[in-house]
Amino acid sequence: MPSRLHNFLKRRKKTLAQTEAIDDGTMRTADGMPLKLALERALFRSRLRAVLLVLPLFAFLVITFVLPIFDMLFRSVEDQVIAEILPRTVVEIEAWDETSGVLPGEAVFEAIVKDMAEGKENKTLGKVARRLNYEISGMASLFRKSGRKAGKIEAPYKEQLLKIDKRWNNLELWKLIKREKGYFTASYFLAAADMEYKPDGGIGMRPENRQIYQHLFVRTLWLSGLITLLCLVLAYPVSYLLATLPLRSGNLLMILVLLPFWTSLLVRTTSWIALLQSQGVINSILVGIGIIDDDSRLQLIHNQFGTIVAMTHILLPFMILPLYSVMKTIPPSYMRAARSLGATPFTAFVRIYMPNTVAGAGAGGILVFILAIGYYITPALVGGRTGTLISNFIASFISGSTQNWGLAAALGMMLLAIVLVFYFLYDKIVGIDNMKLG
Amino acid sequence: MSSLQPYAGKLERTWFYTYRTICAAIFVFLIAPIFVIFPLSFNELPYFTFTPEMLSLDPAGYSTKWYAEFFTEQSWRDAVANSFFIAIFATLMSTTVGTVAALGLSSPAMPFRSAVMAILISPMIVPLIISAAGMFFFYSRIGLASTHLGVILAHAALGTPFVVITVTATLVGFDHSLTRAAASLGSNPTRTFFKVIVPLILPGVISGALFAFITSFDEVVVVLFVGSVEQRTIPWKMFSGIREEIRPTILAVATLLVLISMLLLTMLELLRRRNERLRGLSPG
Repeated sequence: MPSRLHNFLKRRKKTLAQTEAIDDGTMRTADGMPLKLALERALFRSRLRAVLLVLPLFAFLVITFVLPIFDMLFRSVEDQVIAEILPRTVVEIEAWDETSGVLPGEAVFEAIVKDMAEGKENKTLGKVARRLNYEISGMASLFRKSGRKAGKIEAPYKEQLLKIDKRWNNLELWKLIKREKGYFTASYFLAAADMEYKPDGGIGMRPENRQIYQHLFVRTLWLSGLITLLCLVLAYPVSYLLATLPLRSGNLLMILVLLPFWTSLLVRTTSWIALLQSQGVINSILVGIGIIDDDSRLQLIHNQFGTIVAMTHILLPFMILPLYSVMKTIPPSYMRAARSLGATPFTAFVRIYMPNTVAGAGAGGILVFILAIGYYITPALVGGRTGTLISNFIASFISGSTQNWGLAAALGMMLLAIVLVFYFLYDKIVGIDNMKLG
Repeated sequence: MSSLQPYAGKLERTWFYTYRTICAAIFVFLIAPIFVIFPLSFNELPYFTFTPEMLSLDPAGYSTKWYAEFFTEQSWRDAVANSFFIAIFATLMSTTVGTVAALGLSSPAMPFRSAVMAILISPMIVPLIISAAGMFFFYSRIGLASTHLGVILAHAALGTPFVVITVTATLVGFDHSLTRAAASLGSNPTRTFFKVIVPLILPGVISGALFAFITSFDEVVVVLFVGSVEQRTIPWKMFSGIREEIRPTILAVATLLVLISMLLLTMLELLRRRNERLRGLSPG
């Protein structure tokens, strides 16, 4: 921009100088500048003003929002722990041939004993132990145990270390250290995709019984799809009613949609807990009118059913509002025309009305779907074990008992990629500009 | 469908009433869960359910002690103070930068308009858990984690898309000849902004601010990750309350929150009518 401004000023000076000298008949403004230049200048100015107005928000969001997302992306591939805490080992292990089938030599063992002793002293050994434990279980206890004794180990290191714990015999451990000694790793993304390094060094799927996240992603997508469908089925008749009623009563009924929309998410989740729990309102009513026995109360919550019901309720207004605003624009005369041409009410509705509402259903559907796949709070409170989504796993890897930030970041990035695909679709189909609120 | 014609046949009549019943059922599904907590919050016993005394309308089954607990317990009072403090500052921040940006975005001269808009709206689209995790990682690096400022910045970022959307929507109907008229009458741009533009876009700004406020006021995921006990807000207290020990105090709080939403909804509706009146549309 500055260089353009500079050029422009230079050009302007030149033109002004020329103006006095010659009059070549070009159209000029009152102060003698060629009209084309004046127009260009005005356009540039208004463009600059628009950019300057947007700039503060843009900079604000880059710092508070975009950089954090990139930080997360960075965390999902970053892996400095091993190189940082086992510096001697990663140098020595370079010479070891991992395809040889024999343990590394004495030098590597000496290096790792010294690294462990230092790590123990700096209290950093736990970090590397946890990192290695992500890949091979039992590594945390191996490092803790050996770390305690590392300070006292004398040569021959290899023999001594193997005497402390046989697990140092594990070739996979050494392969792991050699593979992950760099600053970046693909192992978090592999784990998030249920893949792993095979003993021959290649990459393959995990054994069937250890594939977790694929099922989780499938479950998240399936539940979100189901919730979106339920929302559409429930929203359609209601939106149609709201759009066709006279303005006054329509607006009055609209309050019934807007109030839940404006009510706190936690309030609505709390309500569903009160309704669905085994001593809750619905079970009590069913017992009260004798449909079920007191001791065979239905399990309506802390399972998939709870998640589906509560989330459908919470997301329903997001489907009703776009559908309503599209239906509002369909002239009633279309249906009358269809009827007068001999269509039955049903045919007129299906052939004339419904195709006109596709845009609204698409907008609401994508919006609900995007919101649903990232949901955390409601599934965490009413989902139990079978109704939790990918977000709940991400959260538990960040703050739960099984901390693994790299894996959380990798799972988060995969979820984000899915959401962005749908966001892109939304933008193409609806246009972000057309997003309406309230 | 909106009304039954006198000449409607039997089938049409049946369908009409069936359809109305279906709609009524869906409206009940939408609204009943919100109102069911009202009576439950006056429960005498510490349960989330109707006791026999309550069902027989025995006054002894009802009490306001959960409300008393909410208003007297220090941790709830701290939560209320934190919630308002964070929400007000986040709203001020997001409304200011959001409104200014919306003015720029509405200008036809804005380059790369849709790409920029896509980025500005993204905090609304990116799943909260991802925003929260990313902010937790990044804010920890720069020392903003577990501070009020950190939570305020995070909430302000989440609130800006709403301000941008509502204010640009108001500006769509904005008549730019008004600013030219002001200029031709000798008003400088600053004066024009405050005397002509602001009064006209004010409904949009206020409703955007209300959206930003409620976004922050209801938000729990980001507070859970970026904040600590010091930044404990009302939703945080409710979330941990539901997870640990369920007490009807949560229902009392929930009831009060519903009342606040009703207030906000009324304000928004009034603003919408004013906006449409100003733009020469008939109030709907």
